[in-house]
Amino acid sequence: MHDTTDGPRPAVELQGVVKRFGDRSGTEVTAVDDLDLRIADGEFFSLLGPSGCGKTTTLRMIAGLELPTAGSIRIHGEEMGLRPPNRRPVNTVFQNYALFPHMTVAKNIGFGLEMRKVPTGDRAELIDWAIQLVEMGALAHRKPGQLSGGQQQRVALARALVNRPEVLLLDEPLGALDLKLRQQMQHELKTLQREVGITFVYVTHDQEEAVTMSDRIGVMHDGRLLQVDTPEAIYERPTTRFVADFIGQSNFLEATVASADEVVLANGQRLRLSSDSPSGEAVAVTVRPERLTVHRRGEAPAGLHHLEGRVETVTYLGNAIVYGIGIDWMHLDVRCPATLAVERRDVGDEVTVSFEPRHAAVVTG
Amino acid sequence: MSVVAPPDEAQAVDGPSEVATPGLERQAERAKARQGFLLGLPAILYLLVFFVIPLGVVVAYSFATRTRSGRTELRDWNLNAYARLGDDIVLTVAWRSLWVAALTTVICILLAYPLAYFISTRSAVTRNLLLVGIMIPFWSNFLIRTYAWRVLLDSDGLVTQMVQATGLGDGRILFTTNAVILGLVYGYLPFMVLPLYAAIERIDWSLVEGARDLYANGWGAFRRVVWPLSKPGVVAGSILVFVPSFGAYVTPAILGGNKEGLLGSYIVLQFLSARNGPVGSAVSVVVLVVMLLGTLLYFRAGGKNL
Repeated sequence: MHDTTDGPRPAVELQGVVKRFGDRSGTEVTAVDDLDLRIADGEFFSLLGPSGCGKTTTLRMIAGLELPTAGSIRIHGEEMGLRPPNRRPVNTVFQNYALFPHMTVAKNIGFGLEMRKVPTGDRAELIDWAIQLVEMGALAHRKPGQLSGGQQQRVALARALVNRPEVLLLDEPLGALDLKLRQQMQHELKTLQREVGITFVYVTHDQEEAVTMSDRIGVMHDGRLLQVDTPEAIYERPTTRFVADFIGQSNFLEATVASADEVVLANGQRLRLSSDSPSGEAVAVTVRPERLTVHRRGEAPAGLHHLEGRVETVTYLGNAIVYGIGIDWMHLDVRCPATLAVERRDVGDEVTVSFEPRHAAVVTG
Repeated sequence: MSVVAPPDEAQAVDGPSEVATPGLERQAERAKARQGFLLGLPAILYLLVFFVIPLGVVVAYSFATRTRSGRTELRDWNLNAYARLGDDIVLTVAWRSLWVAALTTVICILLAYPLAYFISTRSAVTRNLLLVGIMIPFWSNFLIRTYAWRVLLDSDGLVTQMVQATGLGDGRILFTTNAVILGLVYGYLPFMVLPLYAAIERIDWSLVEGARDLYANGWGAFRRVVWPLSKPGVVAGSILVFVPSFGAYVTPAILGGNKEGLLGSYIVLQFLSARNGPVGSAVSVVVLVVMLLGTLLYFRAGGKNL
């Protein structure tokens, strides 16, 4: 997946993109700060981050609904510059769908074709194709107000896809749906994307959604792109504390970089972990709760990193048990599979927590 | 109807025996309906005395008999007055009124739409200021404002002089139908702006973005999205402007000439100068019915587009 970006012409390329909004009092807010990003052709790419991180603004700039303050946006090598949305080879699925309430489903779907003056015969054929694609055949003559949220979502999708855009932009399209429908649509979206082979740029604040569907994820925070990688790499090798914390749960051990391959924990314990940060820099060692193992004190196998502590809480979750473990200067969560083969610990037990070096990441910030 | 707190609230929590009594809820509903009627009673009485009864008098007059001396007597009910409605003079005046009202409405739409659009796309503070500005003329008397136009349009009036200075013509339009239309547009423009503003302001802006994203240029987005969605405002504004323009009396009386009368002045003429109550009443009734029908049709057409 890493090599996909090295292709000659990425589907979307952002270079030094900045967006500042000025408010009435004259103070400026930087919504997107010096963003560089290449999205490969045919990729399912997610921009992930909490609300207000600039992900939607980024998407809107690609769509042309917002113009960047600085920087360049190219789609298949072509500079978008100040081009209005109607002259860009992209279509958007809006967060609230933005279906035209005074038009039927079929009219909604055909709107883009009509505006591009596609001949009526071809138009009907394409509309049919799109309606079948999202399985809305029976409801083609309904108006959006007569559809459920999930159905509206499909119409919005068909309305965009029928135009065969070079890139499809999706702005939290599943946000308004309930959990069950959302999970079903996640699956359908992914299948659909493979089927049509169109590059998807997907904006979401839901990390699970991004991890499930994406080929790659770009995590944004405060207008900056913190890390761009595959879901697995983002999860396993986060580079910043924010990313580690935002994607799943994690433990953080405060530490200082000693050398290129050693860090010193806050209690003076040395761990052999490589990091890119210069010596002396304050960092954190992060390990996922399920990557930690609890042993009776002193019985942890050699070759692993060890931390000594004491069981403080035990939470039974059915398929797992979470131990809250106090090590002398902080607290760790350890998640163990709740099988009978695994020996249970009780509150107050003196234990050793171990983890493999490759499961730990050194993060900054 | 639910202005007043339901009186049966206390009963409802009393116990299951109350709940089980059949018909009790219907009693409560009836009591509520009675309350609603009592609240509306003053207004109902007022409308009855000052609107329904006079209207009845007009309808009755239209079927009454006119004596030689010009008195209207409520006997020998007949349709003579209605027969007069086919007269050339009545048809000419009616046609001219229709034309004036239609033109006034169209001009109002053309002027008000961009203004309403402009206002509804401002920030909340600016919006409210502009709306207050639209309504400021209402703070002074309509008659006085119309007389002001007479001064402005006078042969040495400010507007006339300005038109002459720009060399666009002699600017003498006072006492012509054009002056009447100008006065009507001036008077009724706010009635067009306000409903249009309300309709446009309600439009979800993301729909326009959606249209732009789907290859519509600015004009396409307006024609296919903004305009159809603002139609209820256009319909409401048109009714509010067309109806009073059609029956206008004050504006034509002050700014219009003697030669080109409109329905309003024709009705007054029948009652006062010609002393022909039945004909005046018959014209009034027909105007009323036509406007009611027109309004009804217009509303239904507009409602379907929503």
